Amino acid sequence: MFWTYAALLLLVFVAASFYGRHRAQQVAVKELVALHSRPGYHGGYLAILATLPAFVLLVAWAIVEPRLLDTMVISANAEVVEGLSKPELQAFLRDARAIAFGGIVAFADAGKEQAAVLFSSLAATSLYLKTALIVMLVAGGLRYGYRSIRPTMRARHFVERTVMGLLILCSAVAIFTTIGIVLSLLFESLMFFRKIPVLDFVFGLHWSPQSAFEGAGAELGETNTKIFGAIPLLVGTMLITTIAIIVAAPIGLLSAIYLSDYASGPVRAIVKPVLEILAGIPTVVYGFFAALTVAPFIRGWGESIGLSVSSESALAAGLVMGIMIIPFVSSLSDDVINAVPQSLRDGSAGLGATKSETIRHVVLPAALPGIVSALILAISRAIGETMIVVMAAGLAAKMTVNPLEAVTTVTVQIVTLLVGDQEFDSAKTLAAFALGLLLFCITLALNIFALRVVKKYREQYD
Amino acid sequence: MALEMTTDTDREMNVSLRPPAAVSAEGETLKMRGRDVKVFYADKQALHGVDLDIRKNQVTALIGPSGCGKSTFLRCLNRMNDTIDICRVEGDILLDNDDIYDPRIDVVELRARVGMVFQKPNPFPKSIFENVAYGARIHGLAQNKAELEEIVARALQRAGLFEEVKDRLDEPGTGLSGGQQQRLCIARAIAVSPEVILMDEPCSALDPIATAKVEELIDELRQNYTIVIVTHSMQQAARVSQRTAFFHLGKLVEEGLTNDIFTNPKDQRTQDYITGRFG
Repeated sequence: MFWTYAALLLLVFVAASFYGRHRAQQVAVKELVALHSRPGYHGGYLAILATLPAFVLLVAWAIVEPRLLDTMVISANAEVVEGLSKPELQAFLRDARAIAFGGIVAFADAGKEQAAVLFSSLAATSLYLKTALIVMLVAGGLRYGYRSIRPTMRARHFVERTVMGLLILCSAVAIFTTIGIVLSLLFESLMFFRKIPVLDFVFGLHWSPQSAFEGAGAELGETNTKIFGAIPLLVGTMLITTIAIIVAAPIGLLSAIYLSDYASGPVRAIVKPVLEILAGIPTVVYGFFAALTVAPFIRGWGESIGLSVSSESALAAGLVMGIMIIPFVSSLSDDVINAVPQSLRDGSAGLGATKSETIRHVVLPAALPGIVSALILAISRAIGETMIVVMAAGLAAKMTVNPLEAVTTVTVQIVTLLVGDQEFDSAKTLAAFALGLLLFCITLALNIFALRVVKKYREQYD
Repeated sequence: MALEMTTDTDREMNVSLRPPAAVSAEGETLKMRGRDVKVFYADKQALHGVDLDIRKNQVTALIGPSGCGKSTFLRCLNRMNDTIDICRVEGDILLDNDDIYDPRIDVVELRARVGMVFQKPNPFPKSIFENVAYGARIHGLAQNKAELEEIVARALQRAGLFEEVKDRLDEPGTGLSGGQQQRLCIARAIAVSPEVILMDEPCSALDPIATAKVEELIDELRQNYTIVIVTHSMQQAARVSQRTAFFHLGKLVEEGLTNDIFTNPKDQRTQDYITGRFG
């Protein structure tokens, strides 16, 4: 129903824009004066006036209507629903709706039949009301708009302001989503911190939430607060991220330098897209590449020189993750290096500097802010990466910086905490949100740091 | 027998000695000589066989309408055109007696001998000191820090910038005004001790006061360096140069003493250009 109306409004929009355009030309010819705005803007003006209020009403109606109907049905059947629990009430309403509008009915009884009758009559009224209101709004908008079209009318300003409003709305969606996510993380984390002290969480050295209810030194029914220490997870995350960056930074940066300053046109045209294909491989594929190819290889290699390597190692996960983020580093750095003005390269060459001297002493320093932000972006990506670590680094929350042992990361633990049947208010589940908040804070801090670096060195050329 | 051997040795010695520098009809030393220089960008010919001599310790101005090939010729003199893939140069260009397009010539060494200052000031994103020290560093001209500081100070003094920046050598070169930036670029070129300095419209991005300072500087630099300058301003050519070459449509139309070119041009096209009838 919603989409039918939306489609009709779209038709009205198109028709009104042609009509308004036509009207504007007509008016201009009749009164023999120049229009303030081009006829197209008058068309847009009429179309917006005719459809925008009706569309807003349509959306508002779609949001409000179901709740309003529920409330009305409940109050009309007060004696039937009296004493029902919340899930029972929901089941009642669901069945009544199913009887009225069609659908799968669990079981019907007199009370539900009665409610269903009310539902259908209310829905019919609502539909009439909605249709009438929309028709009135469209007609009113058309009439008002049609009459106000005259040569001096500032239709362009109206249309452009409406478009600006639309743009603001779109950017607001992203901002409010972010705020919403942060708030939900924050509230769930607060619930967690009510059970577990913040300091035990942030500075605790022991992580084994799966044993939260098996006693582990706790009284029955209480939560052991000493097993939610996030430090081992942070150490694991940092270890794997460091390995990944050690792999990705030199390879990515050097290939970016090759691509931007040494490669000839045809080579660049082939190599750059191929490098970027790396970014298109699903991380799950990287994950089993790490688990099935790289990890056994490292293990075999380690054993051949007498090292004990666990079959899931931080090194395997870090290496593969490093390969995964190479395209981030290389592609972004390549863009940044290309953006360094040719005049700087010429200036250096004009002094008798070789290509490599020019790159080392002039191009790279000038491109540094961009390169740093490329690296930070790659680090953020590595910290947030889950799949490779799940498959290749294991789940053991060990406090170690030995890359040959199995470690686990923040993201992996979030996944394992939320998988399976859980009480949603147990400390174990809530710990996932606290970890999420921690991760968010770390990446936020990294981003702020990157922005500061970029700001400090910006405007050094041009 | 002994006598013959001596003559042989003498002849060998003569061969191994540098031949005397080429001189013009007036007896002036020719620092650079271009012979039948042709330049192609892909299939398009930009220069059609230019013969032009650059005299030592003089300022030679290259003038002509946009697209006439004067900048292209200038960039041939230190092989800056090498950085453009589709560019091809034919003919001979000699620096003293060395053909600079000879494969045995190291282009890096050539550019240390023939420095360049560009149209738009392009200081590196480094401190003022580092900007000037850059060339001296990469060519290993200084043995220690004291020597390097001396080279930088001397170059800045010659560029007439030292007094203005001596208290803030650590500040970024990009923070200077446009005119100061251009003099910094000149100081940067001087610090390498080149023999020839090429200037590609060095004042086109500067205001009249900064332009006057740079022109004054060019006149002073002439005592130690050979200078070739491309300019769109005929007043500038008249003020700073001793000799002027007029380019048109990729050809060298006329070359001579600046005074003669501006007061008594031989070619009608030169006459038209300097009186502002085209270009």
